[in-house]
Amino acid sequence: MENKITPQEYEEYVEKKSPNSPILKNCFNAFWVGGLICTIGQFILEYCKYINLDTQISYTVVSVVLIFLSAFLTALNIFNKIGKFAGAGSLVPITGFANSIVSPAMEYKSEGYVLGVGAKMFTVAGPVLVYGISTSVIVGIIYSFF
Amino acid sequence: MKKIGSQTIQLENKVYILSSASIVGPKESEGPLAKHFDLCLDDEFWGEKTWEKAESKIIKECVNMVVAKSGLASQDIDLCFAGDLLNQCISSCFGLRSLNIPFIGVFGACSTFIEAISLGSVFIAGNAAKNVVCATSSHFCSAEKQFRYPLELGNQRPPTAQWTVTGSGSVVLSTSCDNSPYVTYVTPGKIVDMGIKDANNMGAAMAMSAVDTIITHFKDTGRTPDFYDLILTGDLGYIGKEIVIENCKKEGYDLSNNYNDCGVLIFDKDKQDTHSGGSGCACIATVFSGYIYKLLKEKEIKKVLLVATGALTNATTSAQGESIPGIAHAISVEFE
Repeated sequence: MENKITPQEYEEYVEKKSPNSPILKNCFNAFWVGGLICTIGQFILEYCKYINLDTQISYTVVSVVLIFLSAFLTALNIFNKIGKFAGAGSLVPITGFANSIVSPAMEYKSEGYVLGVGAKMFTVAGPVLVYGISTSVIVGIIYSFF
Repeated sequence: MKKIGSQTIQLENKVYILSSASIVGPKESEGPLAKHFDLCLDDEFWGEKTWEKAESKIIKECVNMVVAKSGLASQDIDLCFAGDLLNQCISSCFGLRSLNIPFIGVFGACSTFIEAISLGSVFIAGNAAKNVVCATSSHFCSAEKQFRYPLELGNQRPPTAQWTVTGSGSVVLSTSCDNSPYVTYVTPGKIVDMGIKDANNMGAAMAMSAVDTIITHFKDTGRTPDFYDLILTGDLGYIGKEIVIENCKKEGYDLSNNYNDCGVLIFDKDKQDTHSGGSGCACIATVFSGYIYKLLKEKEIKKVLLVATGALTNATTSAQGESIPGIAHAISVEFE
Protein backbone atom coordinates (compact mmCIF):
# COMPACT_ATOMS: atom_id res chain seq x y z
CA MET A 1 0.00 0.00 0.00
CA GLU A 2 1.27 3.43 -0.85
CA ASN A 3 1.09 6.14 1.74
CA LYS A 4 -1.42 8.36 0.08
CA ILE A 5 -1.82 10.46 3.14
CA THR A 6 0.92 12.96 4.08
CA PRO A 7 2.29 13.18 7.64
CA GLN A 8 0.63 16.56 8.07
CA GLU A 9 -2.75 15.28 6.95
CA TYR A 10 -2.31 12.28 9.21
CA GLU A 11 -1.47 14.49 12.18
CA GLU A 12 -4.64 16.52 11.64
CA TYR A 13 -6.64 13.30 11.22
CA VAL A 14 -5.20 11.85 14.46
CA GLU A 15 -5.86 15.12 16.25
CA LYS A 16 -9.54 14.80 15.36
CA LYS A 17 -9.62 11.16 16.48
CA SER A 18 -7.91 11.81 19.81
CA PRO A 19 -10.15 12.85 22.68
CA ASN A 20 -9.09 16.03 24.49
CA SER A 21 -8.32 16.18 28.18
CA PRO A 22 -11.35 17.30 30.20
CA ILE A 23 -9.94 20.81 30.60
CA LEU A 24 -12.82 22.40 32.51
CA LYS A 25 -12.93 19.56 35.04
CA ASN A 26 -9.14 19.58 35.37
CA CYS A 27 -9.07 23.34 35.89
CA PHE A 28 -11.79 23.17 38.52
CA ASN A 29 -9.99 20.40 40.45
CA ALA A 30 -6.66 22.21 40.15
CA PHE A 31 -8.29 25.40 41.41
CA TRP A 32 -9.83 24.02 44.57
CA VAL A 33 -7.04 21.58 45.51
CA GLY A 34 -4.37 24.24 44.86
CA GLY A 35 -6.44 26.69 46.88
CA LEU A 36 -6.81 24.15 49.67
CA ILE A 37 -3.04 23.56 49.84
CA CYS A 38 -2.43 27.31 50.01
CA THR A 39 -5.10 27.64 52.69
CA ILE A 40 -3.38 24.94 54.74
CA GLY A 41 -0.17 26.98 54.32
CA GLN A 42 -1.98 30.09 55.52
CA PHE A 43 -3.30 28.23 58.56
CA ILE A 44 0.24 27.14 59.46
CA LEU A 45 1.42 30.73 59.05
CA GLU A 46 -1.35 32.07 61.25
CA TYR A 47 -0.53 29.47 63.87
CA CYS A 48 3.15 30.50 63.80
CA LYS A 49 2.09 34.11 64.30
CA TYR A 50 -0.21 33.00 67.11
CA ILE A 51 2.68 31.41 68.99
CA ASN A 52 4.69 34.60 68.37
CA LEU A 53 7.29 33.22 65.94
CA ASP A 54 9.40 35.66 63.95
CA THR A 55 7.75 36.43 60.55
CA GLN A 56 10.72 35.26 58.48
CA ILE A 57 10.95 32.01 60.43
CA SER A 58 7.19 31.55 60.10
CA TYR A 59 7.47 31.57 56.30
CA THR A 60 10.22 28.97 56.50
CA VAL A 61 8.11 26.81 58.82
CA VAL A 62 5.24 26.87 56.29
CA SER A 63 7.55 25.64 53.50
CA VAL A 64 9.15 22.99 55.68
CA VAL A 65 5.81 21.60 56.84
CA LEU A 66 4.34 21.51 53.32
CA ILE A 67 7.48 19.89 51.89
CA PHE A 68 7.43 17.30 54.65
CA LEU A 69 3.76 16.51 54.10
CA SER A 70 4.27 16.18 50.34
CA ALA A 71 7.32 13.92 50.74
CA PHE A 72 5.50 11.84 53.34
CA LEU A 73 2.43 11.39 51.14
CA THR A 74 4.68 10.56 48.15
CA ALA A 75 6.30 7.76 50.13
CA LEU A 76 2.88 6.43 51.08
CA ASN A 77 1.80 6.24 47.40
CA ILE A 78 -0.88 8.89 48.04
CA PHE A 79 0.57 12.04 46.46
CA ASN A 80 0.55 10.61 42.94
CA LYS A 81 -3.18 10.06 43.32
CA ILE A 82 -3.67 13.65 44.47
CA GLY A 83 -1.50 14.79 41.54
CA LYS A 84 -3.51 12.73 39.07
CA PHE A 85 -6.70 14.29 40.38
CA ALA A 86 -5.53 17.89 40.84
CA GLY A 87 -2.82 18.32 38.18
CA ALA A 88 -1.26 21.75 38.43
CA GLY A 89 -3.22 22.32 41.66
CA SER A 90 -0.79 20.12 43.57
CA LEU A 91 2.12 20.58 41.16
CA VAL A 92 2.55 24.36 41.27
CA PRO A 93 2.75 24.83 45.06
CA ILE A 94 5.94 23.72 46.80
CA THR A 95 4.28 20.32 47.33
CA GLY A 96 4.78 19.46 43.65
CA PHE A 97 8.44 20.36 43.83
CA ALA A 98 8.96 18.10 46.84
CA ASN A 99 7.13 15.26 45.07
CA SER A 100 9.27 15.68 41.94
CA ILE A 101 12.43 15.09 44.00
CA VAL A 102 11.19 12.33 46.29
CA SER A 103 9.58 10.25 43.52
CA PRO A 104 12.76 9.68 41.42
CA ALA A 105 14.72 9.12 44.63
CA MET A 106 12.32 6.28 45.47
CA GLU A 107 12.23 4.94 41.92
CA TYR A 108 16.02 4.77 41.50
CA LYS A 109 16.85 3.49 44.98
CA SER A 110 17.28 0.08 43.34
CA GLU A 111 20.42 1.42 41.61
CA GLY A 112 22.02 2.29 44.96
CA TYR A 113 22.54 5.53 46.88
CA VAL A 114 25.20 7.02 44.58
CA LEU A 115 24.27 6.06 41.01
CA GLY A 116 20.58 5.75 41.82
CA VAL A 117 19.24 8.13 44.49
CA GLY A 118 22.12 10.63 44.24
CA ALA A 119 22.41 10.80 40.48
CA LYS A 120 18.74 10.56 39.56
CA MET A 121 17.06 12.54 42.35
CA PHE A 122 16.91 15.73 40.28
CA THR A 123 15.96 14.26 36.92
CA VAL A 124 12.51 15.83 37.14
CA ALA A 125 13.24 18.88 39.31
CA GLY A 126 16.65 19.61 37.74
CA PRO A 127 15.40 21.82 34.88
CA VAL A 128 13.31 23.88 37.34
CA LEU A 129 16.38 24.44 39.51
CA VAL A 130 18.70 25.26 36.62
CA TYR A 131 16.41 27.75 34.94
CA GLY A 132 14.92 29.07 38.18
CA ILE A 133 18.33 29.88 39.62
CA SER A 134 19.65 31.20 36.27
CA THR A 135 16.66 33.52 35.94
CA SER A 136 17.05 34.81 39.48
CA VAL A 137 20.75 35.54 38.81
CA ILE A 138 19.87 37.51 35.65
CA VAL A 139 17.08 39.38 37.42
CA GLY A 140 19.49 40.09 40.31
CA ILE A 141 22.08 41.56 37.95
CA ILE A 142 19.49 43.77 36.25
CA TYR A 143 18.14 44.82 39.64
CA SER A 144 21.62 45.83 40.88
CA PHE A 145 22.01 48.25 37.94
CA PHE A 146 18.71 50.08 38.38
CA MET B 1 7.74 -23.00 2.69
CA LYS B 2 7.66 -20.37 -0.04
CA LYS B 3 7.34 -16.68 -0.50
CA ILE B 4 4.09 -15.50 -2.02
CA GLY B 5 3.16 -12.03 -3.15
CA SER B 6 5.30 -9.14 -2.04
CA GLN B 7 6.17 -10.09 1.53
CA THR B 8 4.27 -13.13 2.80
CA ILE B 9 5.66 -16.57 3.60
CA GLN B 10 3.40 -19.56 3.14
CA LEU B 11 4.19 -22.44 5.48
CA GLU B 12 3.28 -25.52 3.47
CA ASN B 13 4.23 -27.83 6.31
CA LYS B 14 2.09 -26.78 9.21
CA VAL B 15 3.78 -25.40 12.29
CA TYR B 16 1.71 -26.40 15.30
CA ILE B 17 1.26 -24.32 18.42
CA LEU B 18 1.54 -27.12 20.94
CA SER B 19 0.88 -25.17 24.11
CA SER B 20 0.56 -21.67 25.47
CA ALA B 21 1.01 -20.06 28.88
CA SER B 22 0.30 -16.66 30.35
CA ILE B 23 1.09 -14.83 33.57
CA VAL B 24 -0.36 -11.40 34.33
CA GLY B 25 0.00 -8.71 36.98
CA PRO B 26 -2.54 -7.35 39.47
CA LYS B 27 -4.28 -4.84 37.19
CA GLU B 28 -4.77 -7.37 34.38
CA SER B 29 -6.09 -9.78 37.02
CA GLU B 30 -8.95 -7.34 37.61
CA GLY B 31 -9.64 -6.98 33.89
CA PRO B 32 -12.32 -8.67 31.80
CA LEU B 33 -10.02 -11.50 30.63
CA ALA B 34 -8.69 -12.41 34.10
CA LYS B 35 -10.26 -15.87 34.23
CA HIS B 36 -8.45 -16.99 31.09
CA PHE B 37 -4.89 -16.41 32.28
CA ASP B 38 -2.88 -19.26 33.79
CA LEU B 39 -1.50 -17.27 36.68
CA CYS B 40 -2.66 -13.94 38.11
CA LEU B 41 -0.21 -12.16 40.39
CA ASP B 42 -1.40 -9.98 43.24
CA ASP B 43 1.95 -8.26 43.73
CA GLU B 44 3.84 -6.30 41.07
CA PHE B 45 7.17 -7.23 42.66
CA TRP B 46 6.32 -10.97 42.91
CA GLY B 47 8.63 -11.17 45.90
CA GLU B 48 11.57 -9.58 44.07
CA LYS B 49 13.40 -6.39 45.00
CA THR B 50 13.23 -4.51 41.69
CA TRP B 51 10.73 -4.18 38.83
CA GLU B 52 13.35 -5.55 36.44
CA LYS B 53 13.88 -8.68 38.52
CA ALA B 54 10.12 -9.12 38.80
CA GLU B 55 9.72 -8.95 35.02
CA SER B 56 12.56 -11.45 34.53
CA LYS B 57 10.90 -13.81 36.96
CA ILE B 58 7.57 -13.47 35.15
CA ILE B 59 9.02 -14.45 31.75
CA LYS B 60 11.10 -17.24 33.28
CA GLU B 61 8.14 -18.82 35.04
CA CYS B 62 5.99 -18.36 31.94
CA VAL B 63 8.51 -20.22 29.78
CA ASN B 64 8.82 -22.99 32.37
CA MET B 65 5.05 -23.25 32.42
CA VAL B 66 4.63 -23.47 28.64
CA VAL B 67 7.34 -26.13 28.32
CA ALA B 68 5.72 -28.16 31.09
CA LYS B 69 2.30 -27.83 29.42
CA SER B 70 3.70 -28.97 26.05
CA GLY B 71 4.68 -32.31 27.52
CA LEU B 72 8.15 -31.98 26.01
CA ALA B 73 11.34 -32.27 28.00
CA SER B 74 13.36 -29.05 27.95
CA GLN B 75 16.19 -30.80 26.09
CA ASP B 76 13.72 -31.47 23.26
CA ILE B 77 13.34 -27.74 22.69
CA ASP B 78 15.82 -26.67 20.03
CA LEU B 79 15.55 -22.91 20.28
CA CYS B 80 14.10 -20.09 22.29
CA PHE B 81 13.08 -16.77 20.69
CA ALA B 82 12.33 -14.09 23.23
CA GLY B 83 12.42 -10.36 23.77
CA ASP B 84 10.96 -7.50 25.76
CA LEU B 85 10.93 -3.72 26.06
CA LEU B 86 13.72 -2.98 28.49
CA ASN B 87 17.09 -1.74 27.23
CA GLN B 88 19.09 -4.55 25.64
CA CYS B 89 16.15 -6.89 26.32
CA ILE B 90 17.41 -7.61 29.82
CA SER B 91 14.16 -9.10 31.12
CA SER B 92 14.31 -12.02 28.71
CA CYS B 93 18.13 -12.38 28.77
CA PHE B 94 18.31 -12.35 32.56
CA GLY B 95 15.11 -14.28 33.08
CA LEU B 96 16.09 -17.03 30.66
CA ARG B 97 19.82 -17.28 31.40
CA SER B 98 19.32 -20.52 33.33
CA LEU B 99 17.08 -22.01 30.65
CA ASN B 100 19.87 -23.99 29.00
CA ILE B 101 18.23 -23.81 25.57
CA PRO B 102 19.89 -22.03 22.59
CA PHE B 103 18.57 -18.48 22.80
CA ILE B 104 17.87 -15.92 20.11
CA GLY B 105 16.95 -12.50 21.45
CA VAL B 106 14.52 -10.54 19.29
CA PHE B 107 13.31 -6.97 19.43
CA GLY B 108 10.34 -5.46 17.67
CA ALA B 109 9.03 -3.34 20.54
CA CYS B 110 5.46 -4.47 21.21
CA SER B 111 5.42 -6.53 18.01
CA THR B 112 8.05 -8.89 19.47
CA PHE B 113 5.66 -11.74 20.26
CA ILE B 114 4.53 -12.26 16.69
CA GLU B 115 8.06 -11.52 15.44
CA ALA B 116 9.31 -14.36 17.65
CA ILE B 117 6.57 -16.74 16.47
CA SER B 118 7.26 -15.76 12.84
CA LEU B 119 10.95 -16.58 13.21
CA GLY B 120 10.24 -19.75 15.15
CA SER B 121 7.74 -20.92 12.53
CA VAL B 122 10.16 -20.28 9.67
CA PHE B 123 12.95 -22.12 11.52
CA ILE B 124 10.65 -25.10 11.98
CA ALA B 125 9.28 -25.00 8.43
CA GLY B 126 12.87 -24.86 7.15
CA ASN B 127 13.78 -27.95 9.20
CA ALA B 128 16.25 -25.95 11.26
CA ALA B 129 14.39 -26.87 14.44
CA LYS B 130 11.71 -29.30 15.63
CA ASN B 131 10.44 -27.58 18.73
CA VAL B 132 10.75 -23.92 19.55
CA VAL B 133 9.62 -21.81 22.47
CA CYS B 134 8.66 -18.15 21.91
CA ALA B 135 8.04 -15.68 24.71
CA THR B 136 7.79 -11.98 25.52
CA SER B 137 7.16 -9.91 28.61
CA SER B 138 6.50 -6.37 29.72
CA HIS B 139 5.95 -4.73 33.08
CA PHE B 140 4.05 -1.51 33.73
CA CYS B 141 6.45 -0.29 36.40
CA SER B 142 9.73 -1.05 34.60
CA ALA B 143 8.35 0.44 31.37
CA GLU B 144 7.18 3.63 33.09
CA LYS B 145 10.60 3.94 34.70
CA GLN B 146 12.43 3.55 31.40
CA PHE B 147 10.12 5.44 29.05
CA ARG B 148 8.26 7.97 31.19
CA TYR B 149 8.32 9.25 34.77
CA PRO B 150 8.78 7.79 38.24
CA LEU B 151 5.64 6.00 39.41
CA GLU B 152 5.15 8.21 42.45
CA LEU B 153 5.28 11.44 40.46
CA GLY B 154 1.94 13.20 40.73
CA ASN B 155 1.26 13.95 37.06
CA GLN B 156 -1.68 13.40 34.74
CA ARG B 157 -1.91 11.11 31.72
CA PRO B 158 -3.68 12.37 28.60
CA PRO B 159 -6.72 10.42 27.32
CA THR B 160 -4.63 9.08 24.41
CA ALA B 161 -2.09 7.39 26.72
CA GLN B 162 -2.03 3.61 27.07
CA TRP B 163 -1.29 1.34 29.99
CA THR B 164 1.62 -1.12 29.67
CA VAL B 165 0.48 -4.65 30.43
CA THR B 166 2.36 -6.45 33.20
CA GLY B 167 2.83 -10.07 32.29
CA SER B 168 4.26 -12.60 29.91
CA GLY B 169 2.92 -14.89 27.25
CA SER B 170 4.62 -17.85 25.64
CA VAL B 171 4.00 -20.63 23.15
CA VAL B 172 5.72 -23.84 22.10
CA LEU B 173 5.85 -24.38 18.33
CA SER B 174 6.39 -27.85 16.98
CA THR B 175 6.45 -30.01 13.87
CA SER B 176 4.49 -32.75 15.55
CA CYS B 177 0.75 -32.58 15.82
CA ASP B 178 -1.14 -32.93 19.02
CA ASN B 179 -4.51 -31.71 17.84
CA SER B 180 -3.38 -28.13 17.96
CA PRO B 181 -3.84 -24.88 16.04
CA TYR B 182 -1.19 -24.17 13.45
CA VAL B 183 0.51 -21.24 11.75
CA THR B 184 -0.13 -21.07 8.00
CA TYR B 185 1.14 -17.69 6.82
CA VAL B 186 3.68 -15.19 8.08
CA THR B 187 3.60 -11.59 6.85
CA PRO B 188 6.53 -9.60 8.24
CA GLY B 189 5.76 -5.89 8.20
CA LYS B 190 7.54 -2.83 6.90
CA ILE B 191 8.49 0.12 9.08
CA VAL B 192 5.90 2.84 8.57
CA ASP B 193 6.53 6.31 10.00
CA MET B 194 3.63 8.71 9.76
CA GLY B 195 5.47 11.47 11.60
CA ILE B 196 3.63 11.18 14.92
CA LYS B 197 5.85 12.54 17.71
CA ASP B 198 3.51 12.27 20.66
CA ALA B 199 4.81 9.45 22.88
CA ASN B 200 1.43 9.56 24.60
CA ASN B 201 -0.33 8.50 21.42
CA MET B 202 1.38 5.26 20.44
CA GLY B 203 -1.80 3.80 18.98
CA ALA B 204 -1.91 6.51 16.31
CA ALA B 205 1.83 6.14 15.66
CA MET B 206 1.50 2.39 15.01
CA ALA B 207 -1.93 2.14 13.38
CA MET B 208 -0.85 2.79 9.80
CA SER B 209 1.82 0.09 9.96
CA ALA B 210 -0.94 -2.34 10.96
CA VAL B 211 -3.06 -1.11 8.04
CA ASP B 212 -0.11 -1.67 5.71
CA THR B 213 0.59 -5.20 6.96
CA ILE B 214 -3.08 -6.26 7.03
CA ILE B 215 -3.73 -5.07 3.47
CA THR B 216 -0.48 -6.59 2.22
CA HIS B 217 -1.45 -9.89 3.84
CA PHE B 218 -4.81 -9.88 2.05
CA LYS B 219 -3.25 -8.99 -1.28
CA ASP B 220 -0.48 -11.59 -0.97
CA THR B 221 -2.73 -14.44 0.12
CA GLY B 222 -5.77 -13.50 -1.94
CA ARG B 223 -7.85 -13.70 1.22
CA THR B 224 -10.46 -11.19 2.30
CA PRO B 225 -11.33 -9.99 5.84
CA ASP B 226 -14.34 -12.30 6.07
CA PHE B 227 -12.07 -15.34 5.64
CA TYR B 228 -11.05 -14.84 9.26
CA ASP B 229 -13.23 -15.33 12.31
CA LEU B 230 -11.09 -12.80 14.09
CA ILE B 231 -8.51 -10.22 13.10
CA LEU B 232 -6.63 -9.07 16.15
CA THR B 233 -4.05 -6.30 16.47
CA GLY B 234 -1.62 -6.09 19.37
CA ASP B 235 -1.87 -2.84 21.26
CA LEU B 236 -3.36 -0.04 19.19
CA GLY B 237 -5.95 0.81 21.82
CA TYR B 238 -9.22 2.60 21.10
CA ILE B 239 -7.79 5.35 18.89
CA GLY B 240 -5.56 3.06 16.83
CA LYS B 241 -8.38 0.57 16.39
CA GLU B 242 -10.61 3.23 14.88
CA ILE B 243 -7.82 4.39 12.57
CA VAL B 244 -7.27 0.82 11.33
CA ILE B 245 -10.96 0.26 10.60
CA GLU B 246 -11.33 3.55 8.74
CA ASN B 247 -8.15 3.27 6.70
CA CYS B 248 -8.69 -0.37 5.74
CA LYS B 249 -12.20 0.57 4.64
CA LYS B 250 -10.75 3.32 2.45
CA GLU B 251 -8.71 0.63 0.68
CA GLY B 252 -11.77 -1.55 0.24
CA TYR B 253 -11.32 -3.93 3.19
CA ASP B 254 -14.16 -3.92 5.67
CA LEU B 255 -12.91 -5.04 9.09
CA SER B 256 -15.80 -3.70 11.14
CA ASN B 257 -17.37 -7.12 11.81
CA ASN B 258 -14.50 -9.28 12.98
CA TYR B 259 -11.70 -6.97 14.05
CA ASN B 260 -10.54 -6.16 17.56
CA ASP B 261 -7.46 -5.07 19.46
CA CYS B 262 -5.83 -6.75 22.47
CA GLY B 263 -5.28 -3.37 24.13
CA VAL B 264 -9.04 -2.84 24.00
CA LEU B 265 -9.84 -6.35 25.26
CA ILE B 266 -7.50 -6.67 28.22
CA PHE B 267 -8.76 -3.78 30.38
CA ASP B 268 -12.11 -2.29 31.25
CA LYS B 269 -11.48 1.28 30.14
CA ASP B 270 -14.08 2.87 32.40
CA LYS B 271 -13.56 0.87 35.57
CA GLN B 272 -9.77 0.58 35.35
CA ASP B 273 -8.87 4.09 34.21
CA THR B 274 -6.59 2.82 31.46
CA HIS B 275 -7.43 5.61 29.00
CA SER B 276 -6.84 4.38 25.42
CA GLY B 277 -6.23 0.74 26.44
CA GLY B 278 -3.39 -1.67 27.09
CA SER B 279 0.02 -1.77 25.43
CA GLY B 280 3.38 -3.52 25.74
CA CYS B 281 4.93 -6.75 24.51
CA ALA B 282 2.79 -8.71 26.93
CA CYS B 283 -0.46 -7.28 25.60
CA ILE B 284 -0.94 -9.54 22.58
CA ALA B 285 1.25 -12.23 24.20
CA THR B 286 -1.04 -12.70 27.19
CA VAL B 287 -4.30 -12.17 25.28
CA PHE B 288 -3.31 -14.75 22.65
CA SER B 289 -1.72 -17.25 25.04
CA GLY B 290 -4.44 -16.92 27.66
CA TYR B 291 -7.60 -16.27 25.71
CA ILE B 292 -7.41 -16.67 21.92
CA TYR B 293 -5.47 -19.94 22.02
CA LYS B 294 -8.21 -21.46 24.17
CA LEU B 295 -10.91 -20.21 21.80
CA LEU B 296 -9.03 -21.92 18.96
CA LYS B 297 -8.57 -25.14 20.92
CA GLU B 298 -12.25 -25.25 21.76
CA LYS B 299 -13.02 -24.49 18.10
CA GLU B 300 -15.08 -21.45 18.98
CA ILE B 301 -13.05 -19.67 16.34
CA LYS B 302 -11.11 -21.38 13.58
CA LYS B 303 -9.11 -18.76 11.73
CA VAL B 304 -7.33 -15.85 13.31
CA LEU B 305 -5.08 -13.18 11.85
CA LEU B 306 -2.76 -11.91 14.57
CA VAL B 307 -1.12 -8.56 13.88
CA ALA B 308 1.30 -7.40 16.58
CA THR B 309 2.18 -3.72 16.46
CA GLY B 310 5.32 -2.03 17.76
CA ALA B 311 6.42 1.56 18.29
CA LEU B 312 10.13 1.63 17.51
CA THR B 313 11.14 4.44 19.80
CA ASN B 314 13.04 5.14 22.99
CA ALA B 315 13.25 7.90 25.58
CA THR B 316 16.28 9.52 23.91
CA THR B 317 14.74 9.78 20.43
CA SER B 318 11.54 11.16 21.93
CA ALA B 319 13.50 13.83 23.82
CA GLN B 320 15.34 14.67 20.59
CA GLY B 321 12.05 15.32 18.85
CA GLU B 322 12.18 12.34 16.50
CA SER B 323 8.95 10.84 15.22
CA ILE B 324 7.82 7.35 16.18
CA PRO B 325 8.19 4.67 13.47
CA GLY B 326 5.68 1.86 13.71
CA ILE B 327 5.87 -1.78 12.67
CA ALA B 328 3.37 -4.63 12.46
CA HIS B 329 3.97 -8.33 11.87
CA ALA B 330 1.13 -10.71 11.04
CA ILE B 331 0.62 -14.45 11.27
CA SER B 332 -2.36 -16.49 10.35
CA VAL B 333 -3.33 -19.18 12.88
CA GLU B 334 -5.91 -21.78 11.91
CA PHE B 335 -7.47 -24.92 13.33
CA GLU B 336 -9.85 -26.94 11.23
